[in-house]
Amino acid sequence: MKTNDTEKKIEITRRDFVKGATMTASGLLLGSLPLSSSAYAAGSDMIKVALVGCGGRGTGAAFNALAAGSDIKLVAMADVFENRLEESYSRLFQRFGDSEQLDVPEDHKFIGFDGYKKATDLADVVLLVTPPGFCPRHYKYAVEKGKHVFMEKPVATDAPGVRTVLESGKIARGKKLNVVVGLQRRYQNNYREILRRIHNREIGDIVSGQVYWNQGELWMRERKPEYSELEYQMRNWYYFNWLCGDHILEQHVHQIDVANWFLGQYPEKAQGMGGREVRRGKEYGQIFDHHFVEFTYPGGAVIASQCRQIPGCFMRVAEEFQGTRGVLSIDGSNNAIIRDRNQNVRFEHDGLEDPNPYQQEIDELFESIRRGHVIDNTDYGAKSTLAGVMGRMATYTGQMIDWDAALHSQDKLVPDHIDWDIEPPVLPDENGYYPIPIPGQTPVL
Amino acid sequence: MSGNNHTSIVKKYVTESVIPAAALLLLVFFATGCSKLFGTAETDQEIPGAATEHEIDPDFAAYTQNIHGSEVTMDMVPVQGGTFTMGLAPGEEGKDSHEGPQRRVSVGSFWMTSHEISWEQYELFHLEVVEKEIAEEQLDRFGIEPDAIVTPSPPWGDKTFGMGRIGYPAVGMTHYAAVVYAMWLTAKTGEFHRLPTEAEWEYACRGGIYQNYNLQGDAMALEEYEWFRGNSENSYQKVASKKPNPLGLYDLKGNVAEWTMDEYHDDYHDRLDGEIADNPWFKPDVLYPRAVRGGSYRDPAGDIRCTHRRGSDGHWSRNDPQIPRSMWWHTDAPFVGFRLVRPKETPSREEMMEYWILPIFDF
Repeated sequence: MKTNDTEKKIEITRRDFVKGATMTASGLLLGSLPLSSSAYAAGSDMIKVALVGCGGRGTGAAFNALAAGSDIKLVAMADVFENRLEESYSRLFQRFGDSEQLDVPEDHKFIGFDGYKKATDLADVVLLVTPPGFCPRHYKYAVEKGKHVFMEKPVATDAPGVRTVLESGKIARGKKLNVVVGLQRRYQNNYREILRRIHNREIGDIVSGQVYWNQGELWMRERKPEYSELEYQMRNWYYFNWLCGDHILEQHVHQIDVANWFLGQYPEKAQGMGGREVRRGKEYGQIFDHHFVEFTYPGGAVIASQCRQIPGCFMRVAEEFQGTRGVLSIDGSNNAIIRDRNQNVRFEHDGLEDPNPYQQEIDELFESIRRGHVIDNTDYGAKSTLAGVMGRMATYTGQMIDWDAALHSQDKLVPDHIDWDIEPPVLPDENGYYPIPIPGQTPVL
Repeated sequence: MSGNNHTSIVKKYVTESVIPAAALLLLVFFATGCSKLFGTAETDQEIPGAATEHEIDPDFAAYTQNIHGSEVTMDMVPVQGGTFTMGLAPGEEGKDSHEGPQRRVSVGSFWMTSHEISWEQYELFHLEVVEKEIAEEQLDRFGIEPDAIVTPSPPWGDKTFGMGRIGYPAVGMTHYAAVVYAMWLTAKTGEFHRLPTEAEWEYACRGGIYQNYNLQGDAMALEEYEWFRGNSENSYQKVASKKPNPLGLYDLKGNVAEWTMDEYHDDYHDRLDGEIADNPWFKPDVLYPRAVRGGSYRDPAGDIRCTHRRGSDGHWSRNDPQIPRSMWWHTDAPFVGFRLVRPKETPSREEMMEYWILPIFDF
């Protein structure tokens, strides 16, 4: 998840507030180092990893990587912001400072928009954990250089980005590179168990479903006087579409992907509605605070997708499916339950001891690399990203959008060249407000 | 900030339901002597003499705490201090070695929130409100650093775990978040609030001076008073929707487990000092484990008891994808909530500061 848990004020207050705070490691990570990999550590080959994007989730991914085996070491880090890179490094240092696994000398810390190239060059595996707008170019570079990849979802914010990822995916396949995409439900026991049962026809043919990411408020970072417009957008990236893609994509892609996965198809069309009902201030950039989309699949199944980031409302983050034989309810908290059409429980997953899916996806990536196998999540990562983009196109325009039109859309949000000297692709008006899509008026591009 | 559509419901609920019910029950107990109303499986419990010595102190009565700037209120129930036998007696059903050996413990008087802090009460805790409305002198009075009251970062996801929001107990917050909430409430109300110690919690759960309410092994009674695995349908339930204990406190043993002020020690009872341990408190200096009391909607009937205790664990945040893990939310602890106490004797500023525990990053 790219969503950052850091609250808007915390960077200001942390200095004072946390002074005197005890820095300690919980027993969790120590205890979670897999024993099975310790034998491998005797070998001389270390797997070199670069981290691109050093926020909270990037740091988490780096922890996951270093916990995936003592034969793995972090050799390079890149971020556009020096403070984020240094915070990330200091957290890693507190946990791994006395191990050979953390091996990032000062000249392997790369600050700036091009830092990802130098970091990638030094590694066997790259962790691409930036805001999603950057992902297509980072991925393209990594596969050109023959690197294995972990990349967070979504993998793009627009259709041109999705096409870049699909094209690069062909190169990755040719080079037999491992590519894991951070749609971690695909690595979660309850989802895998349910997929097996779907294939076993325990709920019959799926005819409909409802997928939800309805939560309360989300973090937002205030503008500071010293920020340029570009720096402000980069720091408050969630609210700018070229960087984030809106929450129907950035968060809710998880549920849309589950629908695609369980149905074994991608939607052929989408129509829906959405808007900015509560989160209207300029500090919330361009994105909507709610979307509701109907996705229709080639077999006729219809999935209703709803996502909302409004405080004080009903919350639900889960997926429900109705089949000809039964109904399924499943969520990321390791729950899954199948009932027959009379509400009798036919199967209930016990997920209390299930592994951390963020660790699991990284463990499987490195195990595949060690064994010379290939995991390649590029295709579904890109296409579920496109399904999210398609849903956004539907709510922004108020039109019915079909899959091919979405795939071939020329609506390009991310500039080819990005550096501190460019003007961001979206700018505020004289009052500080950003252009906001208006259904019925916003054109389909 | 958030919609206020729920507050009228809460207010109605509180004024029409909770207070009269609690008051009525208390009257009934004073009038009849409460022991016969509750199946007392714990017949070996001493009923301390405090019950007869205790005169009603007009300044120590139930009241409703308003929270400035909102319509949400908090019902506070007086718990007259006393000396009690803490821990499970040897041989009691469900005995856990961490719940004994029994010791004599005394606790001071305090008010306790009548029920687990609800989502409506918890969600008031926003930085915007705090910054604008709490004067620095107010913070200084309590020894609270202005920077120390920060709002929890919002969780990404459904903090209710699909179990409902309006009228339900807030869950999943870290121990630190519960401590800062108490700090925030202190600054908002001008009255010192904190989490209960383990000793205070167990004393209140057992019915304070009445000390007869454990209902161990009485499944029929349990059903009337508590939410647990057998009747919860694996979901937390609305606060105060079962019967209260003799003091008018709801859901102590069940519904959701509750944070206390203590670090968790397996050998808690062995660590107590003196013939009668006086207001024991083990101040936390590690992130895990911290003491959680009572059972939850997930626990079997056998764990629904006043002595039930467990320590928090890093596992409760195992699905947090970020490092450090959230200071504010456990991704995997939908069974833990909290309630607060307000000591009858307001402690000194220095003593209060002992309770404002600093955060420890969770790597």
